[in-house]
Amino acid sequence: MYDDLLLTVLLTSVPLILAATGELVVERSGVLNLGVEGMMLMGAVAGFGVTSLSASPYFGMLGGATAGAVTAALFGFFVLGLATNQVATGLALTIFGTGLSGLIGAPLVGQAIDGLPAFIVPVLSDIPVVGVLFSLDVLAYVSIGLVASTSFVLFRTRLGLVIRAVGDNATSAHALGYSVLKVRFYAVIFGGMMAGLSGAYLPLVLTPHWAEGMTAGRGWIALALVVFASWQPWRVVGGAVLFGGVTIMQLAGQARGWSVSPQFLSMLPYLATIIVLVAMSRGGRAERGAPAQLGRIFLPPR
Amino acid sequence: MSPHREIPLLSGRRISKRFGTFTANDDINFDIHEGEIHALLGENGAGKSTFVKLVYGLLSPDNGQFLWHGTPVDISSPQAARDMGIGMVFQHFSLFDVLSVAENIQLALPAGLSLREVKERVITVSAEYGMTLSPDARVGDLSVGEQQRVEILRCLLQDPSLLILDEPTSVLTPQEAEQLFAVLRRLRDDGCAILFISHKLDEIKALTSKATILRSGKKVVTCDSASTSAKELAELMVGAALDNSMRTPPVSHSEADSLFCLDQVSRPAATPFATGLKDISLSVTHGEILGIAGIAGNGQTELMEVLSGEAIGDAIVGNVMLDGVSITELGPDMRRQKGMRCVPEERNGHGAIVNMSLSENALLTASHESDNVSASGLVSWAKCRALSRKIVGSYDVRTPHQDPVAGSLSGGNLQKFLIGREMMSRPRLLIVAQPTWGVDIGAAQAIRAAMRHLLEDGAAIIIISQDLEELLVMSHRICVLNQGQLSDPLPTRDVTAESIGLMMGGMANAVVERAV
Repeated sequence: MYDDLLLTVLLTSVPLILAATGELVVERSGVLNLGVEGMMLMGAVAGFGVTSLSASPYFGMLGGATAGAVTAALFGFFVLGLATNQVATGLALTIFGTGLSGLIGAPLVGQAIDGLPAFIVPVLSDIPVVGVLFSLDVLAYVSIGLVASTSFVLFRTRLGLVIRAVGDNATSAHALGYSVLKVRFYAVIFGGMMAGLSGAYLPLVLTPHWAEGMTAGRGWIALALVVFASWQPWRVVGGAVLFGGVTIMQLAGQARGWSVSPQFLSMLPYLATIIVLVAMSRGGRAERGAPAQLGRIFLPPR
Repeated sequence: MSPHREIPLLSGRRISKRFGTFTANDDINFDIHEGEIHALLGENGAGKSTFVKLVYGLLSPDNGQFLWHGTPVDISSPQAARDMGIGMVFQHFSLFDVLSVAENIQLALPAGLSLREVKERVITVSAEYGMTLSPDARVGDLSVGEQQRVEILRCLLQDPSLLILDEPTSVLTPQEAEQLFAVLRRLRDDGCAILFISHKLDEIKALTSKATILRSGKKVVTCDSASTSAKELAELMVGAALDNSMRTPPVSHSEADSLFCLDQVSRPAATPFATGLKDISLSVTHGEILGIAGIAGNGQTELMEVLSGEAIGDAIVGNVMLDGVSITELGPDMRRQKGMRCVPEERNGHGAIVNMSLSENALLTASHESDNVSASGLVSWAKCRALSRKIVGSYDVRTPHQDPVAGSLSGGNLQKFLIGREMMSRPRLLIVAQPTWGVDIGAAQAIRAAMRHLLEDGAAIIIISQDLEELLVMSHRICVLNQGQLSDPLPTRDVTAESIGLMMGGMANAVVERAV
């Protein structure tokens, strides 16, 4: 029974890992995209729709990532091309994504699809408790690989160095000859793909249906998770499992009639974020984590 | 001689650049050859920075054409400039605070070098040029002087054929500057052209062969800097005859009670890269200027924070006294209300808020002087603007238009504004770090004169500076900060640049013993 519970926790945390890792890269480049929820919904509806049409959940994954990237490109066009306010544009993107996904998804309501199958590793999955880790779906394994490669790229490669530099001091990066807007645009697109993939995970693995607004605030949790992780990719995984665990605890608690209010439990992830933020700033680390240019508009001087 | 000797490496033909109605560069013709160190001279706001930004592709000219080896080129971006072989050391550093020294340098080098290789090159080259730098140190934790070494090193590693330096020596000690000159001369001998912006005429005489002088955006002349006297250069630059520096008259009431003192103040280093302060005692009396010399990174930043009240709390041991009363626990605002004023070393973001207008910045430190800026407790913007205009007028701050944002002023101009802002309130105690760093000769004289004038009202001044000449000219007593320890003050008439230089290098005891 605890295996089941653990499995559910892990599955719940996968979309958080995907979306937060993408947003982490975006924020490292100095852009704040509050439209994660909207991009996830676009990914979810596209993932569901493509799977329904092609009968292949793998095409569904691709469709979800593409939809996320296209939505993010729209955000990039406004924020980087037209230098609009990032907070306002990001919020608008969420509203836009919620509405458009509902519109596109209206004919899909009530349909069912075959989602991603679990990929059960022989032998390893038979180990008690730990075995759960080896009976997940492909995308869950991929998400860990993506965290690893994001961490590697950010801290071990020149590309990552440039991304961090752009997020710390856009003027200097420009002076050194790096195209700030190009780097940020690609980062935004990457963030969109990850959010789209994360959205597609919901109908492909968690519930094989499409429902309007089915992300249910996961995009916002992903945003909180980036701060929680103090912009370090591996900490996203820990945070996602914690947040996923708290979410499941709330459902399990309700099912078992715990005397704790479910509203209190659903508040926990955010409470945890606040506690971590306070702890970080007391340790003097907050200032080191946040990219200095986060949310700031950069216009190349000519 | 190379075959290109006759064709200039870089030429500018009738270069103009306007910002709105303000013409920063007006019809400038300019040539620089390979193997030439060429000085660009001019007062703050004369258009030097704009011109080099055009050369480096950060700005594009409204009119005119650049030629590279005689071929017309369009320097469309810094990347294009770097590809051509132009490197630049900025006046306001273009470093990334959160990244390490090696990472900062790696960003400026062509792709393909691993971080380890970069670290090795940093260690080799910095040792070769006598600039100590730890490749793993986080740049945000370095002092201004050390950050500049990173900038210079970063350019050197790029093997540029034209190197632009925007006031590179302003934060270096004479010895460090001499080391830099050795580096630059070697680069010149290798055929590299160097465009060198400085206010220090003796440096220009010692280092450069040609000098182009700008005044109000126009080129005055290009002359042979060796055969033109420093006085002539200065007059060409200012456009008027100058009366050169004189020493501050001695204090008449030197044994009066001290106005302000530190009593055995210690402060542990807050980060691995900070310098802790050890047992610092100093005192300054009415009508006196105390100079604190020292090489950047020896605790100047930390000391300034203790003096200004930015650093208070349990970590600080000892007493800070004003009028014989402890103000150790008081923050900057409370200290300001008691008549103390501070001008920190870093202008952008510390002394001034870059994105706020001058009048808003003026309000920030004048908010307690109700007659200046507020009526019935509310801010009176008319009064703020009047105050800002008064500062701009009295201290000859050159602004592109009425009440611009602080960040749009050149470094020297912003400094004039900040010093003016603090002087305007007639403080009883003024603490200034690097008062004339990056400020042109005319304005530096004005600032110094204003500081002396302040003394007449019985005020005391503490100057923390790396500019020895300035300290010798300005202060009554000098002490040296070295590795967080402050030497006993010596009367300025008893010291020479050499003896202070030795103390700055950590040989305080020898000198003090000799003096005693």
